Amino acid sequence: MAVTYRIVVDPIACTGHGVCADLLPERIALDDWGYPIIDKRPLDGEVLRHARRTVTACPALALRLEEVGRDAANAR
Amino acid sequence: MTVATDPAPLTGPSAPSGSRRLLAGSDPSGASQPLAGHRRTYPVPPHPRRVREDLIATVERAGLLGRGGAGFPTGRKLRAVAAGRRRPVVVVNGTEGEPVSGKDALLLRTLPHLVLDGAALAAAAVGAGEVVVCVDRQNAAALAAVERALAERHDREPGGVPMRLAAAPPHYVTGEESALVHWLNGGEAKPTRVPPRPFERGVGGRPTLVDNVETLAHVAQIIRFGADWFRRRGTPAEPGTILATVTGAVSRPGVYEVSAGLPLSHLLAGAGTPEGISAVLVGGYFGFWLDARSAGSALLSHQDLRPRGGGLGCGAVAVLPTGACGVAEAARVMGWLAGETAGQCGPCVHGLAALAGTLGDACAGRSRGDVAARLQRWAAQIEGRGACRFPDGAVRFLRSALDVFADDLRRHAAGRPCRTSPQRPILPVPPTKEAPWR
Repeated sequence: MAVTYRIVVDPIACTGHGVCADLLPERIALDDWGYPIIDKRPLDGEVLRHARRTVTACPALALRLEEVGRDAANAR
Repeated sequence: MTVATDPAPLTGPSAPSGSRRLLAGSDPSGASQPLAGHRRTYPVPPHPRRVREDLIATVERAGLLGRGGAGFPTGRKLRAVAAGRRRPVVVVNGTEGEPVSGKDALLLRTLPHLVLDGAALAAAAVGAGEVVVCVDRQNAAALAAVERALAERHDREPGGVPMRLAAAPPHYVTGEESALVHWLNGGEAKPTRVPPRPFERGVGGRPTLVDNVETLAHVAQIIRFGADWFRRRGTPAEPGTILATVTGAVSRPGVYEVSAGLPLSHLLAGAGTPEGISAVLVGGYFGFWLDARSAGSALLSHQDLRPRGGGLGCGAVAVLPTGACGVAEAARVMGWLAGETAGQCGPCVHGLAALAGTLGDACAGRSRGDVAARLQRWAAQIEGRGACRFPDGAVRFLRSALDVFADDLRRHAAGRPCRTSPQRPILPVPPTKEAPWR
């Protein structure tokens, strides 16, 4: 099985800048206070490309891509 | 199946037979039990060397669940810590930041050696090289009792596992195990991102067993009197006794030792509820509300309470009397919880403040629109989005309040004041502390 990814946020590092929701609306919405609510479904194709760009664009470096292995995917 | 027998059952005339077990040795005057008195019942714990499989197995067979709140099996935790490659550390969690709980402080003050024996036995079980006893910096009586007890052991029983006292910052989240470990490692007493969890990498990077004070006192009794003895009280799934702190509108507030699984109504009858009961808060400010009817049928066990919306938590129970306004009580507690945030995660910092503010406004008759719907929407946004479980606990508290006090909230949202006035606050809310985090 090919490796897939999902986007995760470090809530302590996150400062609520909000740029992520602009760059990746497919997976990220903002709550009422401007902090990202992440959709944890796996990313692929075009969305994965956008996700990579979003991770680098976060000014607080609070986002990262997490591998969703076969086991992890089954566990969830 | 093998028959459960203890390796060395030390049962004798001194094994407490009633439901008063931990507190059987406590002096009614509240005086701290000296080491000599304690040693008449309990032998000197063995010095930790390599992992003691027999001790772990006895705790496992006893089925002890942690008494700090989460109810995790203590035997499984011991095993996980013992499986690490480096020499572990044992941390006694005596921070008890929960405002309506007093059981850990009571044990530390009156039976410090029972707790320290439990810690020493846990250290022997996992082969730990050090025990750190963490006590709330502002709890002078508990600090003094532990300090005295450690000095006694140092003088009379040299050669035991090294133990030291650590006076922890007085914040609610200090007791969260990753926060405690972070602080012991020189950082702020704030939760960190997990994994790694303390059992994998904790104090000094070592596998670390963080156990609640009451849990360790039970460990001392289990090793002394045996797993079978321990199981004579409580339920098969939740054996033993629990220390329940009862507060609020009761005649005799205090710490009660009861069998796990006892009807909540029995505990409340023992404490006396002359003003009647409108609702009961179970598990403290990290817990949840039961209406009077549910409180009448609930049992003091995780198994019974979880389907009702929460667990037993740390065993703290607070009674709201007939006629009291649940919205006013919930608003005060939410305000306090919001002030206890570690200030690290946006949804916790802003979300809890929003919940507390809106609930407070509703209580004061200043709110507009569908208050309950707004609070529920925010609750859903906050849940699961902190680095630790603190915001989730606040959300659970809020949701159960919205559920149990729905009528009160509707009345307030319509601009009407509390039914009873002037309001007499029932739940204690300590002043929010501007104390340092280190």
